[in-house]
Amino acid sequence: MSNQVEVQNVIKSFGSVKAVDGVSLEISEGQFFSLLGPSGCGKTTLLRLIAGFEVPNSGNILIDNKSMDGIAPNFRPTNMVFQNYAIFPHLNVEENVSYGLRKKNLSKNEKSKMINDSLDLVGLSGLNLRSSNALSGGQKQRVALARALILKPKVLLLDEPLSALDKKLREQMQSELRHLQRAVGITFVLVTHDQEEALTMSDKVAVMFDGKVEQIASPRELYEKPSTQRVASFIGAMNFTNGKILNSGKVLKIKSNILGEFELPMNQISGKPTDENIEIGIRPERIKINPVKTNSKDLIDGKIIDISYFGETTYYKLKCGERSETLNVSTQNSFGQMDYKIGELVKFEVDNKSIVGFYS
Amino acid sequence: MSNSGKYLKIFAFSYLVFLYAPSLLLPIFSFNKSQVIAFPLTGFSFQWFETLLYQDSLHQALKNSLIVAISSCILATILGTLASRATTRYDFKGKQVSLTFILAPLILPEIIVGVSLLIVLIQLGITLNVWSVILGHTLLLTPFSIIIMNSAFNNLDISLEEASMDLGENQFGTFYRVILPLVLPGIIASLLIGFTLSLDEFIIAFFLTGTDTTLPVYIWSQFRFPKKLPTTMALGTILLIVSLILLSLSEYFRRRTSRSNNSILEE
Amino acid sequence: MGGTLNFSIKTETIKGWRLLSVPFIFSLLLLAAPLTMMFLLSFWTQDYLTLDKTFTLNNYIEAATQPVYRLLFTRSLLISLTATFFTVALAFPMAYFISFHCGERKALWLFLITIPFWTSYLIRMFLWKVILGYNGVLNSFLLWLEMITEPVTFLLYNANAVVLALTHGWAPFAILPIFVSLEKIDRSLLEASKDLGDSPIDQFFRIILPLSAPGVIGAALIIFIPTVGDYITPKLVGGTDGLMIANMIQVQFSKANNAPLAAALSMSSLMIVSFISIVFVLFNKKYLRRY
Repeated sequence: MSNQVEVQNVIKSFGSVKAVDGVSLEISEGQFFSLLGPSGCGKTTLLRLIAGFEVPNSGNILIDNKSMDGIAPNFRPTNMVFQNYAIFPHLNVEENVSYGLRKKNLSKNEKSKMINDSLDLVGLSGLNLRSSNALSGGQKQRVALARALILKPKVLLLDEPLSALDKKLREQMQSELRHLQRAVGITFVLVTHDQEEALTMSDKVAVMFDGKVEQIASPRELYEKPSTQRVASFIGAMNFTNGKILNSGKVLKIKSNILGEFELPMNQISGKPTDENIEIGIRPERIKINPVKTNSKDLIDGKIIDISYFGETTYYKLKCGERSETLNVSTQNSFGQMDYKIGELVKFEVDNKSIVGFYS
Repeated sequence: MSNSGKYLKIFAFSYLVFLYAPSLLLPIFSFNKSQVIAFPLTGFSFQWFETLLYQDSLHQALKNSLIVAISSCILATILGTLASRATTRYDFKGKQVSLTFILAPLILPEIIVGVSLLIVLIQLGITLNVWSVILGHTLLLTPFSIIIMNSAFNNLDISLEEASMDLGENQFGTFYRVILPLVLPGIIASLLIGFTLSLDEFIIAFFLTGTDTTLPVYIWSQFRFPKKLPTTMALGTILLIVSLILLSLSEYFRRRTSRSNNSILEE
Repeated sequence: MGGTLNFSIKTETIKGWRLLSVPFIFSLLLLAAPLTMMFLLSFWTQDYLTLDKTFTLNNYIEAATQPVYRLLFTRSLLISLTATFFTVALAFPMAYFISFHCGERKALWLFLITIPFWTSYLIRMFLWKVILGYNGVLNSFLLWLEMITEPVTFLLYNANAVVLALTHGWAPFAILPIFVSLEKIDRSLLEASKDLGDSPIDQFFRIILPLSAPGVIGAALIIFIPTVGDYITPKLVGGTDGLMIANMIQVQFSKANNAPLAAALSMSSLMIVSFISIVFVLFNKKYLRRY
């Protein structure tokens, strides 16, 4: 697959603030690509740079190997779904959807076929003449999608398209968007601050902080092998604890207060080594709690100090190790799962293969 | 709390009576038979409205006023729309100062605006006619137009313009297909309010009118003749009704802008 | 970097000024130029129709020393300040009533208040003459009710009549800004103040009044500045005791053929009004902070 969008070392400042600070990334054809990050990280600015609403201070953006430098939004092969949908309030559904067709020199029949096809695609068949003021949030979202997709853009840009919807509708639209993208085969670039949304929908995710891209990876890689501590704690939850490196080589021997001595392969470690210190990351669901009576020399002693019940999962806070560090543990409340009480002494074990290390 | 509310209500209604008292006299005495404006009333009559039909100087003044009002409300709306679009859409140096300056006639004593304009026109040797009044009124109406257009443009979501560009329209097409239809009610409101204000304006017209008398200047000249009072009242009644209709229309259009544009944000 | 950054600001400036320049130049030509011209003229002298352009302060000296002008200046200020005070004082409870006690009917009340002002200012002021005159509506009404035996004369042709007419004529210009500032007050602030132990009266003086001050100050300026220069009202209901500076400016300009003096009087009143307004705003500065 070839690269459809290439962002090359793009910088964009507003006043003294660098909203996008030297970003480079590549998006392949037909990919569902997400820009993920906290608010103010520059993800929306990057999307608007691709759309052409902002002009980079330096760097270049290519779409299909063609530089977009100096090309206005109305001449770019991109279309956008705006955060508030930007449905024209004075036009009805059909007029909104066909807005971009005016200059396309189509016959009346072709036009109405295209309109109906795209309304079918987003599940709004028959609402052609509905006033845009009478649409619900979800329907506006669909009109915005139909309006953009009818122009068959090479890239569809989506600026937090689901943030205005309530939770149920949002989850439904997530899977619909994913199916839609597969059906039309167009490259989607989605901006979101919701990590769950990014993980469930995307082929690839770029995580941004402070105008810079921190990691670009598939959802699974992002979750299981985050490249920095920031990414690790932004995506899901992660326990961090300090460790000391005891040797050098392909497999590091590490001593930690909580885990004692254990081995960590180099490919599970990110960053550049500085000294013997290393930060160890453990996902809460990769820790297993056992009753205190369990006999096994590999288990570690701990004490439950807090419990948060979430229905299908329960979060325990454990106190352990010489320095009484706390660990967060999540357990699935599935069939046969034990319950523990606050103050109860337990023994726990950690899935060593899931441990990640960050040179500090 | 409810007690103070009661006193407030009594106050509010008395104040309302005070506010309405003068204007209510207009219809009362324009239909009153007697030539003297005093109680008790003497009977119902249309005669004062009929006399209006036979006054040539009034008709000429009306014609002048219409020319002035139509021209100046169009000019002021064009200027007001330009200024409002510039200041609501773009951020630039000198914006606030120059906008405040353009808005100044809103608060400056009219006599100073009138006298200073007159001084310049006399110095330049320009003959006073409807055009001098039109220029003066345009200056006076532009701030009103700016205020009305500001609310229209502020309600205009910038992402609608971006969406239009994104869907392939150029700047002209975006203006014609998105911006204009959405601010059109504001433009109509600005035209109607400008027209009404110009039709009623006296001081500027009084100084700049020359021989082309406008309606308020004509009315002013009629005040000197007690015999013509009922006729003037009749004229005032008609003007009141016209103003009421025009301003209700403008209010309708002004509300339509904010409603239709706001509905995007209401979920 | 710096260069490109300036470029994007520059395009905003160019786009903005491209639109704003037309109305701005129009205002320069029709407002700034005439005011400058008037300023220049105020230092010249006129002898019938010939204009002597040698610089002189005589017009200003005359404006400041001649008792008649001093009287007119002080009277104009007094009338205008009194009218401003009464207009705002009456408008505040009205605006408060609409904002806090009218609930759903707010729009209706605002509409009711503005209707009478859709009559032209000229005719409204003239109607006060009709109401207050010797043979006027009020006298004839009172005679008819036999509350008085002969018409009273103190109603019309004095400064009080001007104040009354102005208080009526400028009412909506006070009610609307005060209403807007009252509307902006977050109602949860009132609940918070009540929760912290304020009585309704405390609440009014500690929350409502300070937060609505920008509206009150705005209303006062909107009325004070133009009414100092009002021409119609004193001419119609003021008599000789109620004439104001604008009437003199007009007389000097037309009948007395002394445009330079008229210009000096105009400039003087403009300066006095600006001075008082600035002092007034500075005096109330602490209330004008943005909340």
